[in-house]
Amino acid sequence: MPLKRARRTGDRTSAAAPVFRFMGSVGQVTSQSMHFSDPLPLSSGARLLDYRLAYETYGRLNDARSNAVLVCHALNASHHVAGVDAQGREGWWDNLVGPGKPLDTDRFFVIGVNNPGSCFGSTGPMDPNPDPAAAGRPYGADFPVVTVEDWVDAQARLIERLGISRLAAVLGGSLGGMQALSWTLRYPDRVRHCIGVATAPNLSAENIAFNEIARRAIITDPDFHGGHYHAHGVVPRRGLRIARMIGHVTYLSDDVMASKFGRRLRGGDDKGYSFGYDVDFEIESYLRYQGDKFSDYFDANTYLLITRALDYFDPAASHGGDLARTFAAAQARYLLVSFTTDWRFSPARSRELVKALVTNRQHVSYAEIDAPHGHDAFLLDDPRYHGVLRTYFDRIAAESPAP
Amino acid sequence: MSERRDLDVIADLVPAGSRVLDLGCGRGELLAHLVQHKGCTGYGIEIDDTNLQASLARGIDVIQLNLEEGLAMFGDASFDVVLQLDTLQHLRNAEKMLQETARVGRTGIVSFPNFAHWPNRLSVARGRMPVTRALPYEWYDTPNIRVGTYADFEVLARRNGLSILDSFGLRDGRPVRFWPNARASVAVFKFERR
Repeated sequence: MPLKRARRTGDRTSAAAPVFRFMGSVGQVTSQSMHFSDPLPLSSGARLLDYRLAYETYGRLNDARSNAVLVCHALNASHHVAGVDAQGREGWWDNLVGPGKPLDTDRFFVIGVNNPGSCFGSTGPMDPNPDPAAAGRPYGADFPVVTVEDWVDAQARLIERLGISRLAAVLGGSLGGMQALSWTLRYPDRVRHCIGVATAPNLSAENIAFNEIARRAIITDPDFHGGHYHAHGVVPRRGLRIARMIGHVTYLSDDVMASKFGRRLRGGDDKGYSFGYDVDFEIESYLRYQGDKFSDYFDANTYLLITRALDYFDPAASHGGDLARTFAAAQARYLLVSFTTDWRFSPARSRELVKALVTNRQHVSYAEIDAPHGHDAFLLDDPRYHGVLRTYFDRIAAESPAP
Repeated sequence: MSERRDLDVIADLVPAGSRVLDLGCGRGELLAHLVQHKGCTGYGIEIDDTNLQASLARGIDVIQLNLEEGLAMFGDASFDVVLQLDTLQHLRNAEKMLQETARVGRTGIVSFPNFAHWPNRLSVARGRMPVTRALPYEWYDTPNIRVGTYADFEVLARRNGLSILDSFGLRDGRPVRFWPNARASVAVFKFERR
């Protein structure tokens, strides 16, 4: 999540010509749920039985059913993309999605879906395992490992049930961007535009390494109990905290940490060092706070599942690593966006995708935003970034879709 | 406006239906024109955020890239025409970019301000660097770090094994084919690799 939802101020002026549009919230939103009795075949060979998907929608589906935009979520987010939910929480991409916002709900029908395996309403490890041998106990560690492709298949079923045969666009950042890319490979004729922000064709070794450290923190927590911690009435909170702390560091840039925290001491610089191992520095306090908060609401098994889905995503693997061949059959038009200080999903990774699409003579536009916030930038509202998305969505809205 | 007419003259050099790479496409006017009126396809390359967004708004495919980093993203002869209009003089590695243009495109079209245009010569003869419509900057703030002349480019092209298919000057949006090195404010070259 972002450090703060502040508008970037800097010496560079907005790329957007001044556009005075009312930007509002979609207001109060209600989470919906769709049940699927047909098993979902998974990449692992297993099947997800009798599952439900939580989702939210904003805006109105037009008569031609041609204005639907699917928003895919990343690691710790959910189907609650915009507006305010029953608990009063703001959607994780509320700065982007709403009336008059870059993804304008006055023009588009926007869908957020919680992926299976998550802990925010769709079937996940905390739900009862339908296997008779489990006798109604939660899945826990027995929840099948799901992949980006499995999520996309689950989303596709939901989109179909909503009566939408072709999406105007699939949008996602980070892991959500991987899902957007995967949509264009698995359902090439069912998506017109793919918008992938701060994403990559696969994870680098460094990225997998960070995920593995996070997973080890959880799995080696004595409260983990092989993933069946619910049966013991505990939660591997220490592991989750550390996993989150590691993740958080990697979502920021050195610069933004220096400017937000520097070497400042908690309780004022004149307080001096404690000559102990409790919190001295502001950054320590911040990481502990983020870790604590996260461990209150996030499920450890879900964290394992989602980081694994990240690790496994590699659509080019079945094409000998040739990214151009991988995307050769895709029909979507692409917009890719990266951020210069994002070292987890660096601009170089987005450029690999651009190169593959260019090699195939496919439609692609690419923006490389010079933003200081690291990977987190994709959740912030840098005016150049949001200007690019707004302009691109304006383009989509202006198209007359092929019947 | 002469810049508009400059673009018209250059658009005429691009065959209909060409696959085009427009290096430094600015606000995307030319590429949008080529796509909409001449059935061309391809990409614009632009470094500036404002221009990138303006190009996107015109409906063209545009890729944000610093030309100083070369064109590694693009394969040999992967475009029918590579346009390098009014950008070469801004690049530190102008010669390398010219080679890249010739590598990526079957033909290249380059335009740049002609430093040998007679008002510029007059200005230098009077002891001052020229400030004109084609070279509107003072010497200390100019982005034109590679000022050259029409005649200079002929030498550079030869040195890099390029054959010039067509060349002329532009003045007030009109082609200048007689004595362009002195009479034209802008030089235009269409070339291919030998």
